[in-house]
Amino acid sequence: MGEFIQFIGNNLADFWTYTGFANATGGHLAMIVIGLVFIYLAVAKEFEPMLLIPIGFGILIGNIPFNMEAGLKVGIYEEGSVLNILYQGVTSGWYPPLIFLGIGAMTDFSALISNPKLMLVGAAAQFGIFGAYMTALALGFDPMQAGAIGIIGGADGPTAIFLSSKLAPNLMGAIAVSAYSYMALVPVIQPPIMRLLTTKKERLIRMKPPRAVSHTEKVMFPIIGLLLTCFLVPSGLPLLGMLFFGNLLKESGVTRRLAETARGPLVDTITILLGVTVGASTQASEFLKLDSILIFVLGALSFVIATASGVIFVKIFNLILGKNNQINPLIGNAGVSAVPDSARISQVIGLEYDPTNYLLMHAMGPNVAGVIGSAVAAGILLGFLM
Amino acid sequence: MKKINIGILLSLLLMAGLSSCGERKSDSKLLLNEVLIENESNFQDDYGVHSAWIEIFNKSYGSTDLAGCLLKVSSQPGDTATYFIPKGDVLTQVKPRQHALFWADGQPNRGTFHTNFTLNAATDNWIGLFDSGRKLMDQIVVPGGTLQANQSYGRVNDASDRWEVKNGSGDKYVTPSTNNKTLDSNAKTEKFALHDASGIGMAISAMSVVFCGLILLYVFFRCIGKLSVRIGQRKLDKLKAKHSERLKNAEGEFSGEVVAAISMALHEMQNDVHDVEDTVLTITRVKRSYSPWSSKIYTLRETPHKR
Repeated sequence: MGEFIQFIGNNLADFWTYTGFANATGGHLAMIVIGLVFIYLAVAKEFEPMLLIPIGFGILIGNIPFNMEAGLKVGIYEEGSVLNILYQGVTSGWYPPLIFLGIGAMTDFSALISNPKLMLVGAAAQFGIFGAYMTALALGFDPMQAGAIGIIGGADGPTAIFLSSKLAPNLMGAIAVSAYSYMALVPVIQPPIMRLLTTKKERLIRMKPPRAVSHTEKVMFPIIGLLLTCFLVPSGLPLLGMLFFGNLLKESGVTRRLAETARGPLVDTITILLGVTVGASTQASEFLKLDSILIFVLGALSFVIATASGVIFVKIFNLILGKNNQINPLIGNAGVSAVPDSARISQVIGLEYDPTNYLLMHAMGPNVAGVIGSAVAAGILLGFLM
Repeated sequence: MKKINIGILLSLLLMAGLSSCGERKSDSKLLLNEVLIENESNFQDDYGVHSAWIEIFNKSYGSTDLAGCLLKVSSQPGDTATYFIPKGDVLTQVKPRQHALFWADGQPNRGTFHTNFTLNAATDNWIGLFDSGRKLMDQIVVPGGTLQANQSYGRVNDASDRWEVKNGSGDKYVTPSTNNKTLDSNAKTEKFALHDASGIGMAISAMSVVFCGLILLYVFFRCIGKLSVRIGQRKLDKLKAKHSERLKNAEGEFSGEVVAAISMALHEMQNDVHDVEDTVLTITRVKRSYSPWSSKIYTLRETPHKR
């Protein structure tokens, strides 16, 4: 009997070594708190809930402590585990292009087609990427890591994941979480910069209503867009190719079912998988490092630079535009590609100063141009550094 | 006529495509990469024997199968030996940017990678690699008498056009089954670190490309937009002209709208569907600055605010 009790006791002691309680570290607890904050922000404050809920919960999943030497194949970094298999879509970089397919199928480029000069605003906001790149170099990151960190300034989660999986896979978790966090915080980060850089008179500028765009133009846009941008930057092909393909599905008008699948079930599925695996990849042992903190600081900086450069560019652009063609600088912030939140910020701030000045559709122009611009910038970084 | 035009256009495109194919150099994925003829103390085969070897490189980024390909060797004119690479061996699948090594030991019964010929150290050796359709993929003449024992003749880098004698001096190593030049650093990154430590060069060049790309799109769609507006205007003018012509033809007759209004009035009077109104109704036009642009559906959700 005594032997049996000893056996049970040993078994329970052995079991204890496998539990999360026995393996928990301060790092795990810190990450769990971060995950809970993400979930709180998503539920209570409605900050990008579609992203923060999967990422926040993924952080919880990824930071449940377990005996890593037991070979249980449960951790995301353990080959053959379910999470590891799902994570392949991130590490091999095939989730982001699929997300782009969905984005293309849900994006209306009419605002951009009717007023193509807004494309330049989308280009100007990419300064954020290279501002962060330069700062990262100054902080001692190597050029490939700096490029991966800089792309946070593009405010485009899939692009950030795609590029960091190629240039700096070891920093991908921190870069992805940073990019998505700041995208969720766009309503907090951008307004003060927009107010700071514009005068009251500029905020009241009314833009000419855009003209109606024909069906032919809408169909031509993805085809010409693909040919022009990808001939220039073939390394952006996975992202740009899928973005424009998705848009053609939408605009052709004859593939409604495919477009609906791309912008509905497909993009939802990939968003869930991407969010939860990116969250889970922030395992405390891999994530809680000085580099991660620096990446968060650089991410914030890149968002600030991107917003500021978009607004300043519009102000400069206005100097050469005619009086009737002036652009409201409040849409400059939308050049970062956080679609459609940054465009919505333009609308909200615009309405604060003139309740009848609706900027949303105008801001959608630079916003979608920002998507193209950040994908092109990612392609350039890939081409230059790989 | 239209079909003939399309046919001519397609034929021209096809011809242009074919002619450009002819101008290109061989785009074979498999290349002869390095050859060692006199093996005294170099790489050993799986039997522990030192034999001559021929290295094949898959320069593509996808796996390629060597099964069914032919290796031909000729040391003297008219004396060509052919080795058929057997099918059914999974090892003939060469992974992307990887190598396959064939032992030229005249012992094909020792396995797939042992050929039925040997190489002659005293004379020139022509080696040809043919695909399963007997099409030449790559060939090389290893000059006779130039190679000493344990020296190989190989491409400077994997798949590069230039060949050299690998004699162990400097970075000219004999490299069976591995890269002809080991890449232990990222040249691009190192260049950036050396010449553009601050990142300004990258920022300027990359932003120029981003702007170029989007300016191209801008120019294109500005032109297309103008064209579209012009076409739309022309269509509108045509419609207007048609409409005014129709009105002219129908002069003296009631228009459809007038007929409809009279019919409606008669209908209402006969059926007494209207209340008797003793007041005069007036319609005042109220100008509102509302437009579809101010529609609430575009305000996707509330801005986060402190509670």
